[in-house]
Amino acid sequence: MTSAAALLARDSFVELDARGRIRALFDGGRFRELIDPFERVTSPWLLRQGVVTQSDDGVVVAKGEIEGQPAVILAIEGAFQGGSLGEVGGAKIAGALELAVQDNERGIPTRALILFETGGVRLQEANLGLAAIAEIHSAIVDLRRHQPVIGIVAGTVGCFGGMSIAAGLCSYLVVTREARLGLNGPQVIEQEAGIAEYDSRDRPFIWSFTGGEQRARTGLVDAFVGDDCQALRDAVIALLVRGRPEVERSDAYDHYLDRLSRYDPVRQVTPEIVRQVYERGEGT
Amino acid sequence: MTESSSRGATWLAALTENAAPVAGYPASVRVVDAELADQPCRYIAVLPDESNPYPRARSREVGLIEGWALAKAVHEAIDADRATQKRTIVAVVDVSSQAYGRREEAFGIHAALAGAAGAYAKARQAGHAVIALIVGKAMSGAFLAHGYQANRIIALNDPGVMVHAMGKAAAARVTMRSVDDLERLAADVAPMAYDIASYATLGLLWRLLDVGSADQPSQADVISVRRTLTSALDDIRSDPTVDLRSRLGGPNRHASSLVREKLLAQW
Repeated sequence: MTSAAALLARDSFVELDARGRIRALFDGGRFRELIDPFERVTSPWLLRQGVVTQSDDGVVVAKGEIEGQPAVILAIEGAFQGGSLGEVGGAKIAGALELAVQDNERGIPTRALILFETGGVRLQEANLGLAAIAEIHSAIVDLRRHQPVIGIVAGTVGCFGGMSIAAGLCSYLVVTREARLGLNGPQVIEQEAGIAEYDSRDRPFIWSFTGGEQRARTGLVDAFVGDDCQALRDAVIALLVRGRPEVERSDAYDHYLDRLSRYDPVRQVTPEIVRQVYERGEGT
Repeated sequence: MTESSSRGATWLAALTENAAPVAGYPASVRVVDAELADQPCRYIAVLPDESNPYPRARSREVGLIEGWALAKAVHEAIDADRATQKRTIVAVVDVSSQAYGRREEAFGIHAALAGAAGAYAKARQAGHAVIALIVGKAMSGAFLAHGYQANRIIALNDPGVMVHAMGKAAAARVTMRSVDDLERLAADVAPMAYDIASYATLGLLWRLLDVGSADQPSQADVISVRRTLTSALDDIRSDPTVDLRSRLGGPNRHASSLVREKLLAQW
């Protein structure tokens, strides 16, 4: 996709908001939203700190179908408070995943997709965000026993904090070139460890370690796709067809401990070293 | 920090009567098979290790190796007990944070912490009783990886015990406030507070337990903690559910229940 015609034909996913992304993924763009913005279930904690709330708390829960199968999509709106998770938004995701588990226990094969666009815990609701994220982790692991759980990190916010752990628990991850996936945000690492360890303003440096392309080349995600709605939907469908993985990535402790044993941490890491250690398994 | 001043090491040793650790783990992750209430129990703690080859993970941080080693410790128990009595798993929690560093991000520390969190969740869902005992700090991603998936959480009622998403200085910077402002808000907004008594109002703790000394527990303190762990085990065994719903219903966590009620009604 390098020609001008191809670029013009492209239908950007990254530029869409949460509801636009949901529409792009469901069959025929049809979906039903749960606890929609008109219900005004907003954060009970932001207002008393002088922070404006949003009537969906930055999380959209939508039910629809993908290739004729029931699915729920949980989409985080990166534009509201950096996609941070508070009590309400966190409970929307955890609660919907819990209901998807119940569906499966009753023979309804509901799948779940999570659209990660988040810095992690909303610090104004600190401990309730953290608690909700623990419940999201639990529900993903529970649902994985029945159906593959698919995470998408499209960008541009990326996926960080406790929600990057949630991404790590997904059966499959789909990313674009705009995506970043990492536990700690660059500024926090720079503050905690110093600029020599991590220069948060050096964007090529950041992307070379945590960007979508590097994560795909090192096997930490499963599909690397262009920024195009149809490409994203095709990738999701292909992974749903594949079904549950033989071994979930988060269960592969043997593999990762073995690979990491081939890296000597005395030597500062480069993107090439990560590729060597994870791709071909050769030491440094 | 030396090991002798680590609460995790102190309590792990006390609760297991200095039993030898299971071999095959890094110095920063100690795994001990002992008993609770005369039944098999695996105790797991993250300890300081001044010579940790990863320089950002020397002071009770959960890093790459720690995350995957915790996953291994829990998976081993699940696999070994598939056809026998499922041992209890006690996470002794004193973790300062996740490790912040270039090596960590490069090799995917998020995946390592997912390994640990996922293993604990699987153990609970497979029928192991999983109990978290917070004896010191339970910070952010480190607590998500080690303790937050437990069926029941017990915390010592002590000023050195803290559950939080981010340290005060960094949280103030990220939310563009002074530390003074943050402390003033924290006094009024329970989920932002740094003290364990405020945390208890969220309904996430099963018990908040008084001890004489969290740093140097007396024999009476150890007996009291062991008794509470046993009560937690009984409570888990009498509960037919293995999810985290027992954490709902706290006075300062009303919206978490409201959202679930609405989702169920509209599903």
